[in-house]
Amino acid sequence: MTRQQAAASQQERSLRAVESPAERLTMVQAINQALKEEMERDEAVLVLGEDVGKDGGVFRVTEGLLDAFGPERVMDTPLAESGIVGFSIGLAAAGFRPVAEIQFMGFLYPALNQLFAHAARMRNRSRGRTNLPMVVRMPYGGGIHPPEHHSESYEALLVNTPGLKVVVPSTPYDAKGLLASAIRDEDPVVFLEPKRIYRAFREEVPSEPYTVPIGKAKVVKSGTDLTIIAYGSMVRQALEAHDALAHDGVSAEVVDLRTLSPVDAGTIIESVTKTGRAVVVHEAPRTGGFGAEIVALINERALLHLKAPVERVAGYDVVFPYALLENHYLPNRERVVAAAKRALEF
Amino acid sequence: MPRKIIHQAVTERLEILDRDGRVDKALLPDLSNDQLLTLYRMMIQMRKLDEKALNLQRQGRMGTYASLRGQEACQAGMALALEPQDWLVPSFREHGIMMLRGIPAHLVYAFWKGDERGDLFPEGVNCLPPSIPVGSQLIHAAGVGMALKLRQAAAVAVGFAGDGASSEGDFHEALNFAGVFQAQTVFLIQNNQWAISVPFKRQTAAESIAQKAHAYGIQGIQVDGNDVLAVYAAAKEAADRARSGGGPTLIEALTYRMENHTTADDAIRYRPAEELQFWRERDPIDRMRKFLVSRKLWNDKKEAALAEEAAAAIEAEVERLEAMPAPSPVEMFETMYAQMPWNLQEQRDEMAKEVGR
Repeated sequence: MTRQQAAASQQERSLRAVESPAERLTMVQAINQALKEEMERDEAVLVLGEDVGKDGGVFRVTEGLLDAFGPERVMDTPLAESGIVGFSIGLAAAGFRPVAEIQFMGFLYPALNQLFAHAARMRNRSRGRTNLPMVVRMPYGGGIHPPEHHSESYEALLVNTPGLKVVVPSTPYDAKGLLASAIRDEDPVVFLEPKRIYRAFREEVPSEPYTVPIGKAKVVKSGTDLTIIAYGSMVRQALEAHDALAHDGVSAEVVDLRTLSPVDAGTIIESVTKTGRAVVVHEAPRTGGFGAEIVALINERALLHLKAPVERVAGYDVVFPYALLENHYLPNRERVVAAAKRALEF
Repeated sequence: MPRKIIHQAVTERLEILDRDGRVDKALLPDLSNDQLLTLYRMMIQMRKLDEKALNLQRQGRMGTYASLRGQEACQAGMALALEPQDWLVPSFREHGIMMLRGIPAHLVYAFWKGDERGDLFPEGVNCLPPSIPVGSQLIHAAGVGMALKLRQAAAVAVGFAGDGASSEGDFHEALNFAGVFQAQTVFLIQNNQWAISVPFKRQTAAESIAQKAHAYGIQGIQVDGNDVLAVYAAAKEAADRARSGGGPTLIEALTYRMENHTTADDAIRYRPAEELQFWRERDPIDRMRKFLVSRKLWNDKKEAALAEEAAAAIEAEVERLEAMPAPSPVEMFETMYAQMPWNLQEQRDEMAKEVGR
């Protein structure tokens, strides 16, 4: 954890009315704790997916759940993504709250028909009678030097699908609170876990259940000269850029979106109205990416406050490269700083 | 012995009632006269529902419609085998059994008219809205069947699909999940021989869909899908087995799509007329009528009375349909989420201004 993040989380903790016992957890541990607590809280919560049982998940996110809750609530499934999501739809339609794991976002595609054609539409198709309180969680994004298909970030597809909610935490604290919210939500939530920072840092996480609301962004750093908007693992690049810019006397505000659908337009617009400049950062390809939506929102609602065009720092419009070249693909501090300077010098 | 047989499979086909109304007494299910008459009445009700929908469509009072003509025995046989607590997970040609399970015909018609309120089923009817992406709903039936098992409910989920669906990956995944988890699910595949213009032979090199059950370690059976007694017998056995924890079943009901795929299709382009004639002679309603007459349970007078009654009931439903006020355009925003997010609120307000509400 950077000094700034520590300060930010310290600030957030001091705002909490009651200080509860806390441990320093990684994001993996925080998510695991959320699953455990929500399963204890509500017997309708089930966990299913490939390797989620005895193995505890390939990233160990579901470790210990099988022992704690048994094979009826923690189900190792056949290796079939469409089946995992479709089976969850049936379970949810009949009153359970399944939390399905897709092992990597790059393997989500066989399940897209189930997500798009059914999960996202069941409430509407049944005119509100049948809702699907289900979560589909999956590690996404690059930075861990894996083989092909293990690094994708296709959140834009999901955000363009009415009926879903899309949540992306960037810290252990938020990951636990947002997952609790997602599991308690009455509608399907896709929960994207930035695997690059699964274990990158620890943070104090209360041992008690708590929620972080879906649909609320967070101003992680206050600033006056420009706004850097990011989510997931890119929040760290944004914070590093913030520090580098501070060194040059630039005061950058950093907004962590936390939820992509429904996006918190209010926080974005308030910040950009104040600073007049913005850089949007994501690791998904640039064209048609979620950054374009943010730029459009700013144009619609804060155009006359802008002092420069909104900059996008994104993955390139190429297939996500194999391990050796991935660092050239992923946005980093330097690219964010360069974009900020273009906006400042416009 | 390095090479030995590890699996041998036998697939059964069940026929009880032939095209002339004769039954195999040894196989006749244990049904009261009232139940036999109920099966017949159900099929007549479905045919009236279907004929009226086609009429309305020709008159421009209905949207594109998928007829179920010829498949009445499949749906009546299953309907009689089910209990109120059981679930339907239908495709788009199951509005016959949906009506029999308590969804009023005017809602069925509303759906086909393009009115989404047709999918708001009465409370207590356990039925998911029809699924149009072919085969994708079968995995939901496996999931619902698993939910019933986890709750230890004496109930079954029935997933419906056609022969075309058996080529989809989700058909495989559904049978596989249901088998692995021993879900309380019955899959009823109405093999009506045609997936729009593509014949069954182009869906699989196997002789039947029923035999595919063996590959998933579940029970499978083929029935004469125009024989309501055979469908009932197989459905009852499968549903009872699933409810009591005996595992899922794949039922293939061999039937025929007597009409076009939908009213937007023209089957004359691809189907031989002799084939239609062959199946017309095997009509599920005609053979049941012959059987009931032979048992002295039915006569022309009763037939006329039932026809009149069924037609009147359908006319009343058409009146209800046409008395429905037009849907409000802003309703499209209302049921997307439990709580409407800000972007939908804004868009709804934009539209409300546009339409003057």
